[in-house]
Amino acid sequence: MDLQTLTYVIVGLTFSLYIGIAFWARAGSTKEFYVAGGDINPIHNGMATAADWMSAASFISMAGLIAFMGYGGSVFLMGWTGGYVILALLVAPYLRKYGKFTVPEFIGDRYYSHAARAVAVLCLIICSVTYVIGQMKGVGVAFSRFLQVDYDTGLYVGMIIVLFYAVLGGMKGITYTQIAQYCVLIMAYTIPAIFISLQLTGNPIPQLGLGSTLVGSDVYLLDRLDQVVTDLGFREYTTDVRLSGLNMFAFTLSLMIGTAGLPHVIIRFFTVSSVQGARSSAGWALVFIAILYTTAPAVAGMARLNFIQTLEPEPGQYLRIDERPQWFRNWEKTGLLGFEDKNNDGRIQYSADAERNEMTTFDQDIMVLANPEIAGLPNWVIALVAAGGLAAALSTAAGLLLAISSAISHDLLKGIFTPGITEKQELLASRVTMALAVLGAGYLGLHPPGFAAGTVALAFGLAASSIFPALMMGIFSKSVTREGAVAGMICGIGVTLFYVFQHKGIMFIPGTDFLGDTAANWFLGIEPNAFGVVGALVNFIVALAVSRVSAPPPLHVQELVESIRIPSGATIHYEDKT
Amino acid sequence: MAQITQEQAKVYWRRNLALMIKLLVVWFAVSFGCGILLFDVLNQIQIGGYKLGFWFAQQGSLYVFIVLIFYYARKMAALDREFNVDDNG
Repeated sequence: MDLQTLTYVIVGLTFSLYIGIAFWARAGSTKEFYVAGGDINPIHNGMATAADWMSAASFISMAGLIAFMGYGGSVFLMGWTGGYVILALLVAPYLRKYGKFTVPEFIGDRYYSHAARAVAVLCLIICSVTYVIGQMKGVGVAFSRFLQVDYDTGLYVGMIIVLFYAVLGGMKGITYTQIAQYCVLIMAYTIPAIFISLQLTGNPIPQLGLGSTLVGSDVYLLDRLDQVVTDLGFREYTTDVRLSGLNMFAFTLSLMIGTAGLPHVIIRFFTVSSVQGARSSAGWALVFIAILYTTAPAVAGMARLNFIQTLEPEPGQYLRIDERPQWFRNWEKTGLLGFEDKNNDGRIQYSADAERNEMTTFDQDIMVLANPEIAGLPNWVIALVAAGGLAAALSTAAGLLLAISSAISHDLLKGIFTPGITEKQELLASRVTMALAVLGAGYLGLHPPGFAAGTVALAFGLAASSIFPALMMGIFSKSVTREGAVAGMICGIGVTLFYVFQHKGIMFIPGTDFLGDTAANWFLGIEPNAFGVVGALVNFIVALAVSRVSAPPPLHVQELVESIRIPSGATIHYEDKT
Repeated sequence: MAQITQEQAKVYWRRNLALMIKLLVVWFAVSFGCGILLFDVLNQIQIGGYKLGFWFAQQGSLYVFIVLIFYYARKMAALDREFNVDDNG
C-alpha cells in the first residue's frame, strides 16, 4: 500500500474511533457537558488531561523548535511541565473543593462580584482564543501535508473537523475520546523516536540515546551535533542560550504560571471525585505528559542531525537539487518548505549565513511530521505520526472550545445576564459559541503570529498575567478585595497585551505592530512570548495596593476561603461566634 | 459530617503551607537553579554524552517534578487522615 492510502486508512480508523466514543458517551445534562458528571478516576483523568494539554504545540511544533533552538528550547520543556507542580500544590485541590463548573465562577464568588466574573471571562476568552490560533496553525500544517494541499486549504479542512467534533460531545465525550487520543498520540510520538534512536545510537530508549555515542564510533551524539551545527555557522547546540539568562528565566516562569492559570487545564480537575483525587491526578497527568516531553529533546537533537546530514551528506558536498528526496518534494507542495539556487550550482547550500543560505523557506513546524520520512522509516510509522498530530491538535482544540463556550453560556448568560434560561438553551448557547470561536480562531490562524508553539506560549503569558494571580490571591489571601482583583486582572493582562501587540501586531494582524518584532526594542531583552511574568507581577502589585484602600471582603467570603482550604465537606466549627 | 475547630483548621493549613514551601524550593532549585542559573557551572560535569546543566534543563528537572507531585499527594493524604478531613470515602 502506498503512503498516501495508508495515511488515509490510519487517520480514518482513529477518527472513527474518536467519533464512536464521542457518540457513545455524549452529554445529556449540563453537568455531564461541563464536568463529565464529576466522577472520573484520577488516572483516567490524568491521561485525558495529558491529551488535552499536549496540543499541536507539544506534538507537532515543540521538538522542531528545540531542534533549532538547542539548549534555549529547554524553556518549553521545563515551563510546560513545571507548571504542573504549581497546579498540583497551589491550585487544583482548592478549586476542586470549591466544586463548581468554571474558573470565572470561582473568581466571581471569591471576589463577590459579577464584574470580577465578567473580567475573568474576558481574560479567559483572550487567552483561549490565542491558544486556539496556535492549534489551528498546527492543524493547518498537519492537514496540508496529509491531503497534499497548501497551508490555507489544510486550515479550512481542519476547522470543519474540529467544529464537528467539539460541538457534539461536551466534557463527557471529550474525556473518553481524549483517553483514546492520548494512546494514539503517544504511540505516534514514541515509535518513530525509538526507531531513530536505534538507527543513530543503537539504544532503543530515546532519552538514553541522546546521551549515547553514535553507532560505529565513539563520538557522543551531542558532541557530533555541536560540531556539525557550528561548522555551518550556527551556535553550539547544547549551550545556545535563548537571548539571555534573564529571558530564559522569565520565559520558563511565564509558561509555568500560565499552566496553572489556564482554565481549560484547571477545569479538568473539576471532573475527579475528590480533593485527594485532584492532587494525584495532577501527578498522573504529568507522568503521561513527561513520556512525550522527555522524548522530545531526543527527537529534536536527532532530527537536527538527520536533517543536516540529508542536506550535506559529506562535508562541503551539499544535496543536489535533482537528487532531493521524496519527503522534500512532498513538503514543497504545502508551501512550508522551499529553496532557491542562488549560485546556480545545482545544489542546495545550507548555512547560517543568510546571504549564502539556499533553504529560503523552512517552517520549523514541519520538523516532527517530516522526521520519520527524513529518517527513512516504514510508511506505517509515517502514517501513524500524521494521525498522532491530528489527535493532539483536535483534543486540545476541543478542550479549549469547551472552556470558551462554558465561560460564555454558563458565566455570562446563565450567571450574569439571563439567569432564567433553561439547561437546553444553555447547551445550545455553548454550542453556538464554540462554532463562532472556531471560525474566529481559524481566520486569525491564516496569519499566525509565530510558530504553533510560540503562539501558544503567548496564550500562556496572557493566562499568567490575568487569571493565575487572581486565583493565587483568592486562595492564599482573605484580604484581597473585589476592587483589587478587578484592577489587578485588567492591569496585568493589559500590560501584557500591550507589549505583545506593539511587537506582534494588534490582534496579530501583520503590519499593525508599532515597534517591530526585534530584540533591540524589547524591555530588558525579554521577548513578547516571555512577558507574562511581568504582567503577573503588575497584577499582584496593583491588586494588593488597591485592596489596602478598599473595604475588606465580607465575612461569608472569608469563610469561603477557609472552607476551600479543607478537603472534606467538614464544616469549620466557630466556637467563638456561636 | 466531620467537624474541626478553627484552631485545628489553622494548624492544618500551616502544615500544608510548610510542606508546599519545602517542595517549591526543590522545584525552583532543579529547574531555574540547575537548568538556568547554574547551567555553565554544571556543564563542567559530563555524564555520558550529557553535560549536566543541559541534562537538568531537558531531562532531569522533569523527572523531579513528577516525584514532587506524588510526594505532596501522599503527605497531604496522611495529613488529611490525621485531621480527619479526608474526603476520599
